[in-house]
Amino acid sequence: MTRESIRKAEGIVALTLSTLAAFVGLFWLVFILGDVLVHGIKALTPDLFLQDPVPVGVKGGGLRNAFIGQLLITLFATLMGVPVGVLGGTFLAEYAHGKRIARMVSILSDIMVSVPSIVIGTFIYAILVKPLGHFSGWAGAVALAIIMIPVVLRTTEDMLSLVPWTLREAAFALGAPYYKVITQVVYRGAATGILTGILLSIARVAGETAPLLFTSFNNSFFSTNMNGPIASLTVSIFQYAMGPYDNWHAQAWAASFTITVFVLLLTIAGRLIIKWRYK
Amino acid sequence: MDLLFSFVTGVASFTVIFFIIGILYILISESSLAIHRFGVIKFLTSTSWDPVREVFGALTNILGTFLTTILSLLFAIPLALGIAVFLTEIAPNFLKGPIGAAIELLAAIPSIIYGMWGLFTLSPIMSNHIEPFLKKITAGIPLVKVLFAGTPMGIDILTASVILSIMIIPFTASISRDSFNLTPAVVKESAYALGATKWEVVKNVVIPYSKLGVFGGIVLSLGRAIGETMAVAFVLGNNHRIPTSLFDAAATITVTLANEFAEADKDIYLSSLFYLALVLFVMSFIVLAVAKLFLLRAERKYSR
Repeated sequence: MTRESIRKAEGIVALTLSTLAAFVGLFWLVFILGDVLVHGIKALTPDLFLQDPVPVGVKGGGLRNAFIGQLLITLFATLMGVPVGVLGGTFLAEYAHGKRIARMVSILSDIMVSVPSIVIGTFIYAILVKPLGHFSGWAGAVALAIIMIPVVLRTTEDMLSLVPWTLREAAFALGAPYYKVITQVVYRGAATGILTGILLSIARVAGETAPLLFTSFNNSFFSTNMNGPIASLTVSIFQYAMGPYDNWHAQAWAASFTITVFVLLLTIAGRLIIKWRYK
Repeated sequence: MDLLFSFVTGVASFTVIFFIIGILYILISESSLAIHRFGVIKFLTSTSWDPVREVFGALTNILGTFLTTILSLLFAIPLALGIAVFLTEIAPNFLKGPIGAAIELLAAIPSIIYGMWGLFTLSPIMSNHIEPFLKKITAGIPLVKVLFAGTPMGIDILTASVILSIMIIPFTASISRDSFNLTPAVVKESAYALGATKWEVVKNVVIPYSKLGVFGGIVLSLGRAIGETMAVAFVLGNNHRIPTSLFDAAATITVTLANEFAEADKDIYLSSLFYLALVLFVMSFIVLAVAKLFLLRAERKYSR
């Protein structure tokens, strides 16, 4: 064989392997989603959303308590995390624009985005659960809010930076003070982007389990009391999947299916909005 | 009014710093009991994790974390680089977007779904087909054989690493793809003009040019893998012994925390768990900071 044909063969082998790698990646995606779909749809019944858990051995029952609990925790986490994140991002992109401190905070936020979420759970346990003596929905919501803040903060900062400076200067020239420029001009220009960031951050925390394990804990009864332990879908999935009963497993699959669909829809919607708006 | 608004936004942005310092402070103060009892070096190198005798050491957990993380990186890096090469050099233009987005979708699936899928689907496949197969083909090789000793149960380090590797593929792949894309066309074209094949261009031009970014992506995935909890909690078995085979159940720091935190009844037990959380926080913070450093340097290099 000549040198050329060896080089060509080597290239063909390497490129084929790369193509194969892409298909392996796609294979995992299809495998996991397909599995969740098949198992989840089988167990998806109206009872799942309308009934509370029943004692072991009794037929039927659902996860209404977990759906409501998950909604409450996520809702309050969003209400706490989003304003702080948006305002924080505003400071970095506007008042501290280009300053050293802005760079530092934004680097630290990037790190915080990936910090293990279970560590945040232990932190909240130490400050909100242990001193009060009981698990609570609030603790879970605060834990999720802490995870949301850096995500929202970074996207807000990026989106505000995309608004051209000339726009701000035009508003300044009309005599507007900076806070008016920000709230009435800059926020409007970046509204879609900020909203997308919020959507993606909700998608991020909606599937979180680890920080809820010992903050909001779990509750097999229907409860809307954020001051006591409250059920969440993700923690219920963990408990049910690890349990020994077949109908628990079925309900865990159905819950997984719901949460996966919710998270993926939010993520895809967020991506599509960004693509449509910023291209 | 303007001053007030700037003050409020300023406070909001400093919450991030406040939380980092707060977490560090709270974890240190909560674990002070265990720090006094066991010290630093002793805690990190002791293998006993015994709630009954109240003796705690972190080595089995740390080892579990390292083993699963390193194995998962070994599985994920070649695949992720292959995907990045495919997405930048091979795929026709109309496929680049959809396939890239699909791979990134893997990162959006909640980790508890990975865990459950691992327990109910992957683990039986591993214990019935893949692990006996690995055992069979390595049976004749003296040293490698040890790695695959024991009964293949499917609840072990190998299964956990495979799941982790699937989870981190999208991070490495998308950052590598973005770095590959930054290679200037002129540089690649010069290599083609010299008669290089496509693979030679990738191997000798694109990868060396973008190695900072790729490396940053790998370290970022490492940071992610260290802190991953739910995906491994289902299939690792929470076993506090030094693993000798890939088919052994083990415990990572995160799995221990997830399984034992809510049940810790004694002060010293809880304090030791906080100590573990502190170790995890410091470890992942350092790794993530290094990753960020690499990515920043890469960014600066390419923008020149």
